Amino acid sequence: MSVKSRKSKKIVYYVVVVLICFIFLVPMYMAFITSLKQRATINLLTAWKWPSPASSIGYKHAITKLAPYLKNSFVLTITGTVISAFIGAINGYIFSKNKFPGSELLFTLLLFGMFIPYQIILIPLFETLTRLHIAGLGGLILAHVVYGIPIVTMLFRNFYDQIPNSILESGRIDGATYFSVFTKLILPLSLPSFVVVGIWQFTQIWNEFLWAICLTSQKTNPITVGLSQLAGGQAVAWNDSMAGAIISAIPVLIIYIFLGKYFVQGLLAGSVKE
Amino acid sequence: MSNKKNSKEILYSVLILLPSLILVGIFVYGFIGNTIYSSMTDWHGMAENPVKNFIGLKNYKSLFTGIIMSAFRQDLVNTVFYSIFLLAGTLMIGLILAILLDRPVKNEGVYRTIFLYPMALSFIVSGTVWRWLVAPSGGLNAIPTWFRGKQGSFQWTSSQIQILQFNWQNIWKVLAILIMIVFLVLLIHSIMIHNKKGIKTHAIIAGILAIFAFIIAPFLPPALAVKETHGFNLAIIGILIAGIWQYSGYAMALYLAGLRGLSGSIKESAKLDGANEFVYYWKIAIPNLKPITMSAVIIMAHISLKMFDLIYAMAGTDNNFTGHPSIRMYTTTFRANKLALGSAMAVILFIFAALFIIPYMVRSHKERV
Amino acid sequence: MKKSLAVVSIAAMTMAATFAQGATETTKAAPDKMAVEQVMLNDKTPMGDLEIFSWWAGDEGPALEALIKDFEKTYPEVNLTNATVTGGSGVNAKAVLKTRMLNNDPPESFQVHAGQELIGTWVTSNRMLDLTPLFKEEGWMDVFPQDVVDLISTDTGIWSVPVDVHKSNVMWYIPENLKKWGVTVPTTLDEFFATAQKLKAQGITPLSMGQTWTAIENWENVALATLGPDDYTALWHGELAWTDPKVEMVWKNFGKLLEYTNKDASSLSWQQATDMVVAGQAAFNWMGDWAAGYMMTTLKLTPETGFGWANTPGTNGAFQFLADSFGIPKGCSNPDAAIAWLKECGSKSGQDTFNPLKGSISARTDTDLSGYSAYSKSAAKDFAQDKIVGSLQHGVVAPEAFMNDFSPVIEQFMSDRNTKTAVAACAELAESDGLVK
Repeated sequence: MSVKSRKSKKIVYYVVVVLICFIFLVPMYMAFITSLKQRATINLLTAWKWPSPASSIGYKHAITKLAPYLKNSFVLTITGTVISAFIGAINGYIFSKNKFPGSELLFTLLLFGMFIPYQIILIPLFETLTRLHIAGLGGLILAHVVYGIPIVTMLFRNFYDQIPNSILESGRIDGATYFSVFTKLILPLSLPSFVVVGIWQFTQIWNEFLWAICLTSQKTNPITVGLSQLAGGQAVAWNDSMAGAIISAIPVLIIYIFLGKYFVQGLLAGSVKE
Repeated sequence: MSNKKNSKEILYSVLILLPSLILVGIFVYGFIGNTIYSSMTDWHGMAENPVKNFIGLKNYKSLFTGIIMSAFRQDLVNTVFYSIFLLAGTLMIGLILAILLDRPVKNEGVYRTIFLYPMALSFIVSGTVWRWLVAPSGGLNAIPTWFRGKQGSFQWTSSQIQILQFNWQNIWKVLAILIMIVFLVLLIHSIMIHNKKGIKTHAIIAGILAIFAFIIAPFLPPALAVKETHGFNLAIIGILIAGIWQYSGYAMALYLAGLRGLSGSIKESAKLDGANEFVYYWKIAIPNLKPITMSAVIIMAHISLKMFDLIYAMAGTDNNFTGHPSIRMYTTTFRANKLALGSAMAVILFIFAALFIIPYMVRSHKERV
Repeated sequence: MKKSLAVVSIAAMTMAATFAQGATETTKAAPDKMAVEQVMLNDKTPMGDLEIFSWWAGDEGPALEALIKDFEKTYPEVNLTNATVTGGSGVNAKAVLKTRMLNNDPPESFQVHAGQELIGTWVTSNRMLDLTPLFKEEGWMDVFPQDVVDLISTDTGIWSVPVDVHKSNVMWYIPENLKKWGVTVPTTLDEFFATAQKLKAQGITPLSMGQTWTAIENWENVALATLGPDDYTALWHGELAWTDPKVEMVWKNFGKLLEYTNKDASSLSWQQATDMVVAGQAAFNWMGDWAAGYMMTTLKLTPETGFGWANTPGTNGAFQFLADSFGIPKGCSNPDAAIAWLKECGSKSGQDTFNPLKGSISARTDTDLSGYSAYSKSAAKDFAQDKIVGSLQHGVVAPEAFMNDFSPVIEQFMSDRNTKTAVAACAELAESDGLVK
């Protein structure tokens, strides 16, 4: 292959990739310019135009209205994610490395829980949580943990399937017990999987709306509820709404920007051949 | 190895799993049971101690044969298209993106982040933005005008165009033909890999379905009293684009991990054998990604159930063309106060999701054991 | 194998158990429809927690906050929580409210459209307190128009206090643009169709429409014009059949109207439809009078010069009304505070504080019009003299079940213009959803 054609191939490649990047960024561009407009200038005809003058009033409104909910969202999401991750890890360990008769069937039955449309269980969920007197953030955390069990178990199990059994065997020969195999051998290797599960659950819990609005009250609303309040009643304030959407997406976006590499690595790890 | 697993350890395993099993048992299976029961009553209204009379399968009957429930039946048809295209689209685009990034390229991290970030957004947020993008009088339709073209005239979510139309009265024939096509594909696959047993089973099933569809079905009574046309609503295209945009990054991450996991020496020896890139990917890499595809299908099926948020944000609750049973269930329960009917819709949605998944899980269960 | 069997039977038993539990819990007798509970008035000073539930936020937020401030001046001992749930024109608020009510955790008071939306959902399920004693004590029977009181009561009581009144049969236009196109404001449906033809020839969309609910509102305007106020009211009382040729005429007129609307209607919010008129792409928009608030406050247009209004064609002399109102659910924790809130909502100072900010008018005939805009003054005049009928889209004349099922019917009509199926479907709905007495 001549140097020239290799170079032109490279150029074509980069053009394609950059074009695709633009396509992926178009919605964010739209959200961004709308968030900088003033209400009166927002309409469909000028949707693509850069705002002039650019105004930060959308962000001012958004920040004042969303600030109280930020703390609730962090408490909800971090607690839910941490608990989810540990349950997933120990369940995944058992289903992967400590199978017993019937465990495969149990796993399949557990997995089924991933396919519940969440509107179905809204009413009985609320009823149950109220009867147990844990409505509010606590109840919401419980709901997210329980309905996350199937997927986090599956993710950890797939990850542990990649860890060769020989490691556990030699550990046992060296005198490790059922539990210390987990704490001393498996856990240290689990970081990539914790990253994957952590990122997944963080995203899902942070962004969830319907349960949040039904199960929490004014003081305990997370940010997704605050966001819908921003949108307003009859007349939607699009600049506030887009500004709020961008602000509420920032924590998760930061995680993806900085931990994205580990996300891919986590999906990759364990599939390296011996 | 098996001697190490004594009954004490099995007890530990069961005890540790017990809380998860009990919780899922109540919150998933228990609630499903509750909803199934509700769907067989006539529960409506907001009374404090509602009177729920057991009426058996009447709600289901009205959903499938009642004249005023034709919009619900279209929702079911929409669900098929939503699910298939979301899955296929996400996986295909994800695979293409992974192949593009599966090489030493500068700033790979930047590209990867750009493809991955949509996943960070909630469907409500992205749905709101995409609503602006697919508004027919602005948004995407304005793009041709940048290149001196005419403003696009596709109505996106307002579109009333419907293709692939069929009459619900012939629903049995249509279903039989669809399933037959699936088995024909499996048959071709079995022939290609010389699986004698597979060839036999698939051919027999396909044959039975063909006989049913073309010979028996015409003599069955019509499934509905009047002619009712259903089909693929082009209006869902806008929503599919939004959904694929959001999750193809996830499929990309999975496939990228899979491609990188393929030992570098395989790639090298393929190159030495004279295979160009295309051949490498087509014949070697992609077949090895099957387990990843299976894992991605499960996750995407899970996500497609959350389409409610996306459709709600993009098209609202009152658009027959983009309708989905989850939205209709929501309005039937919380607007019309018909809780039993809403429960029936929810059960149908659940069975639908289960149908998609059960054959898949049975297959992977068999492969695991 | 044995263990697998055990597992499957456990799963099945769990489901069957909850199934059976559902079956055993429902054998209580039907609530006695005649056992109406009236609100108990007393002289105690209201205090404690008061939770009011609404879907007002954004633009309507300031109005509600002003009302709350006025309330807190009069009742300083009450600790008011303003629980708003926005989004989806109230669907989300309804989901939250109904979830709570089903679990017997009612707020002290909640916003609800006066009329059948309240009655068909909460009164028929016997969840509300009858407010007749309160109405008598406050003298509201003389201050609210009789037509309005009729629409918010049943034989067994009066169920909510209207805090604002909106008019839904208003047609908006830009006077300058009409002059430019050489058309005048039509006053009958036929005049409208003729004007629309003229506009269409010039490439202007005669009527801008938005999502389905705005189409339903336009349908009700056409219905009022075609049937006239008396037959319109008879339709909702089950005295006029949906299959009557007069009602079929409504659908025919509506079909004609649709030919003059924009194709992308279902993707537009109501504000975007208004924007079309302001931008000169469309000539008219038929919308409730919150459009005035949008044009004045957000688009900064002046009434009469910047934008103009008239009754929708064929509805002169009639006022298609809707009202937001508050009632008291049974079993709330602080009924005395709730009563205080209702007194505030129905009071002259309360209504004249709230409505100018919201862009609506007071429900009281003794309202002080000095604080209202030019548009509101004209609306208040109409309210005092015109025949008042109820809006369909905003929950006055039909219960929620009918509203929910009507939506796909009208959508179907908008795509196939088949009058026969629409008429038949509505007749069936009227029967099954409780319109026919």
